[in-house]
Amino acid sequence: MFPFIWEWVWDAGHYIFFGGMWYVLIILTVGLNWCIYKALKDTKEGKGSGQGHH
Amino acid sequence: MDSALIPEGVERCSLKRFTLGLVIPAALVIWGLYAAYLCWFKGLNQTNMNDSYGFALWIWADLAVIAVGGGAFFTGFLRYVVGKDELKNIINFAVIVGFCCYCSAMLILAIDIGQPLRGWFIFWHANVHSMLTEVAFCLSLYLSVLAIEYLPLLLENRKIDQNPFWHNMGHRMHEIMAVFAATGAFLSCFHQGSLGGVTGVLYGRPFGLREGIFIWPWTFFLYTWSAAACGPCFTMFCCKITEKLTGKRLVKDNVYDLLAKISGWMLGTYIVAKIADTLWWAVVTVPKTGFSFMQFYNNSNNYHGLWILILELVVCGIVPAAILLKKEWRQNSRLFMVAVTLAVFGVCLNRWVMVMQPMAMPVMTFDQWVLYFPSWQEWATTILPVAGGILVIALSYRYLPVFPQERELNPVEKS
Repeated sequence: MFPFIWEWVWDAGHYIFFGGMWYVLIILTVGLNWCIYKALKDTKEGKGSGQGHH
Repeated sequence: MDSALIPEGVERCSLKRFTLGLVIPAALVIWGLYAAYLCWFKGLNQTNMNDSYGFALWIWADLAVIAVGGGAFFTGFLRYVVGKDELKNIINFAVIVGFCCYCSAMLILAIDIGQPLRGWFIFWHANVHSMLTEVAFCLSLYLSVLAIEYLPLLLENRKIDQNPFWHNMGHRMHEIMAVFAATGAFLSCFHQGSLGGVTGVLYGRPFGLREGIFIWPWTFFLYTWSAAACGPCFTMFCCKITEKLTGKRLVKDNVYDLLAKISGWMLGTYIVAKIADTLWWAVVTVPKTGFSFMQFYNNSNNYHGLWILILELVVCGIVPAAILLKKEWRQNSRLFMVAVTLAVFGVCLNRWVMVMQPMAMPVMTFDQWVLYFPSWQEWATTILPVAGGILVIALSYRYLPVFPQERELNPVEKS
């Protein structure tokens, strides 16, 4: 999972498997954090007091 | 008592009636948890698995729920990536059904690995030459995606939505849902495919062995294709059952019609590809391995006869595809239910045939057909996630605005 784990090898298999896994994890983490940041900003600006405008 | 939590403008049964309705699923969950405890505490000797059935009821259930849970990724793909706007009226329900299916798959795997405390080894010490490692990665990540897709719906609960932060959070998540849906479709394509690839590469097991392209056997593509075809059928099947139980129309007919038509095309093209794959396997692949096609079907006292192939390809393949493709037939509510039921049964049967039988099929002259009947612990732990899924769907329906068209289809008279 990480290069510091003893059986790690810099080969195509590791690039593909872990490249894909970290790529998806980064997308999900960035996406969620963007939502949290924007929601905090909106709340500070006083938005979202009503319901059901989705 | 719980009326403050129920979405505005819709009617729900009394809390007492609702609670009574959940008694049986809750009892099944408790029974399943006890069986799971036995499997974890005493080990896999609690099962009836044997050398011929190392892939047993659990792995079949796992693959079946993943296949029928494909409705979430494919409906999400159609809604957010392709832009089929009508599907916004069923996407919430598809996500809930998919979430239940993938939770079920993870729970079953957690019991099946026997040593759940070492479950993280598959990430930490990954075998990058195994299709099952890819399945484990994609499955876990896709479950996270489904949880993310389910979250905005949870945040729309009447009480939670009153909190400005959660309200804004739900709103912002809706804005970038296409990113999550596209990620989910990418993950789902790969793990559905790799599950099919597992049997396709078993060259010592000619019943499952398939030729293919580059490193991928044809089963890789057929699994993804069948999940995309039959997953939406399962979503519509569950939706119709929910309508029957609640006595309400929850989704308009044009939404069913669109999804059924797309499923029909997917199922029709899939079944053509599946028949071509079976013919090529029977005529070219099997003889190369030293077997004849009929050897796989006539030495098991009819337990695994030609009938199973006809049932899978014709009754549960061609018939539902034809019904879903013809407009007059799919708009007939009885024929529609027959088609989606057969499609769902067919994909589960396909997983049974392709996962259980390749391992059990005798390949040596001294091999015998071994039969297998799951222990009660295996049944209980397989029923556990189904009962759990019923609880999740029931609670979601009661407390969340799952169906955007419900208010319009079932106007409530104000007293």
